[in-house]
Amino acid sequence: MSVLVGLETRLLVQGITGREGSFHTAQMLEYGTKVVAGVTPGAGGRDVHGVPVFNTVAAAVEATSPNASIIYVPAPYAPDAIYEAVDAGIPLVVCITEGIPTLEMVKVYEHVRSRGCRLIGPNCPGLITPGQAKVGIMPGYIHHPGPVGIVSRSGTLTYEVVWALTRAGIGQSTAVGIGGDPIIGTSFIDVLEMFQADPETKAIVLIGEIGGTDEEAAAAYIKEHVTKPVVGFIAGRTAPPGKRMGHAGAIISGGQGTAAEKIAALEAAGVPVAERPAQVAELIRNVLG
Amino acid sequence: MNIHEYQAAEIFSRFGIPVNKGKVCATPEEARAAADELGVPVVIKAQVHVGGRGKAGGIRLAANPGEAAQAARQILGMSIRGATVHKVLVAPAVDIAHEYYLGVVLDRARRRITVMASAAGGIDIEEVARETPEKIVREHADPLLGLHDYQARRLGFALGLEPALVRPFAAIARQLFAAYTAVDASLAEINPLALTSGGTWLALDSKVVLDDNALFRHPEHEALRDPEAEDPLEREARAAGISFVRLDGTIGCVVNGAGLSMATMDAVKLYGGSPANFLDVGGGASSQQVATALRLVLSDPNVRVVLINIFGGITRCDVVAEGLLEALKTVEVRVPVVIRLVGTRQEEGRRMLAEAGLTVVDTMEEAAQRAVAAAQGREARA
Repeated sequence: MSVLVGLETRLLVQGITGREGSFHTAQMLEYGTKVVAGVTPGAGGRDVHGVPVFNTVAAAVEATSPNASIIYVPAPYAPDAIYEAVDAGIPLVVCITEGIPTLEMVKVYEHVRSRGCRLIGPNCPGLITPGQAKVGIMPGYIHHPGPVGIVSRSGTLTYEVVWALTRAGIGQSTAVGIGGDPIIGTSFIDVLEMFQADPETKAIVLIGEIGGTDEEAAAAYIKEHVTKPVVGFIAGRTAPPGKRMGHAGAIISGGQGTAAEKIAALEAAGVPVAERPAQVAELIRNVLG
Repeated sequence: MNIHEYQAAEIFSRFGIPVNKGKVCATPEEARAAADELGVPVVIKAQVHVGGRGKAGGIRLAANPGEAAQAARQILGMSIRGATVHKVLVAPAVDIAHEYYLGVVLDRARRRITVMASAAGGIDIEEVARETPEKIVREHADPLLGLHDYQARRLGFALGLEPALVRPFAAIARQLFAAYTAVDASLAEINPLALTSGGTWLALDSKVVLDDNALFRHPEHEALRDPEAEDPLEREARAAGISFVRLDGTIGCVVNGAGLSMATMDAVKLYGGSPANFLDVGGGASSQQVATALRLVLSDPNVRVVLINIFGGITRCDVVAEGLLEALKTVEVRVPVVIRLVGTRQEEGRRMLAEAGLTVVDTMEEAAQRAVAAAQGREARA
């Protein structure tokens, strides 16, 4: 069954005629994702890799009934793209875009929530259910279907962990990149809840990093509600305070958000935390038995 | 992006907040003239992008213009937690009845903007939050409607202010919130917000941190950037679109992706080394980007070995290898380079690098271990 995306996913690509949008549409099609439509205002009537392009999301919805949208639109226009998808009634919106102003995301989050939609990201690699659907920018071939659900704030670091799992012969149910911004649509807890409910997911990997307190909140949630084994990894043990480490959300500020606090919280919740990404595979093997 | 106190005070003033207006001075003579003009006593304050100025001796009181010049002479050029003081702010000394704290921050967990206030002002608010959290009162602003007047008033009442002081306090809270949202700040803070012995409110210290993600829609903010306050390497990296943070270690890191970059630094540390920097070359890892990244890392004289960790992903490894070789041609490399390259067509990529005499390893762990060994001189050439 997996979570969020699968064989039933009918994907719309917003910003499909752009360099990124077009490139990744080809990649997603090659992986087998059902990309049913694209949107670029003013490019309606064209097609990209055989996918019909519409001027508006509403028109794309009417013609092709997508149930998910992925956004490759530059930061200044990305909030509008999210509003357009949400207002057209698309239940799952994945925003890859990096660099959206934080205050804009405060408003976007509120609107998305009020419409009952699920937003993944922004500033994320997307998500993949191996062998079924790739809705994102991750390299498909490193994944393999299996029992491990992955939720992460990072992109390439997730690939690193997935690669280690796959090489150890351990497959993944769904890998969800929730994004590296301070305000993101879907939190660790949201995805943990889905993995806990998903019969195909037998163990969970949580990949966090410095900044904010989402990992601590996740740890508290795991202790209360998650019965499946969880393994963690936290990046940024050596990060100095007050410096943004690439991701807008990866900053230790106001004395909060250190790796040490997050690791302590996870360990207190019974979650073993790997010291190196590859060690995640060893820990998962232990818990899967 | 950090800006100086005097710049933050200018922003606050534009939004109607009563600030203690001073003069920015770069020399003792200017400080003397400022004291003369403003009237003594005055306070001389170092303008740096770090906290803890008071404890470091960066804030001094002067009773006359001569003392002001003397204080400025002592503060200008001093180093406060690594930041050199190039400017001081000279402002009238104020008779303070009580010091409060007022700040606007993003509450990430609630995904809302939060206005915080405390009667324990003038000191480090993080310390107050840690030691006596009950002394901080908060209101969460509606994402779409903003901060309501009643919320601003409620803060004043929660602080135990006399009724007559609540409305003017609430006005400042609303003005600070307005300033925060208008300039796309990630922090706006008045600490202390002074209640003067005359019974009026005055912002004595102003702090604003701007959201880097919103700079594109605020071209006017570029003028607030202080090139002297920025690490030269970090400035160069920013211009090249590379995320770079200088650290104090010896192993230069060139990595694609922020999370992987942090994990690489951590691995270096785990094996007993110390990272010289955080560096994310970004997606794609084109030869030009890699060349710029290498140049940046190598221009740090502390760097004794370079560790390149690229998870190719969708980018083909032979293309990455080509880029690396191209980059290495244009950059003079005086230290060992350890390369870890994984992804599509990794065999081809590695062969190309090996043929050029470069060490390419399979895992991040091995790469970090080799880099640490090389940095410690255990191997002449990795």
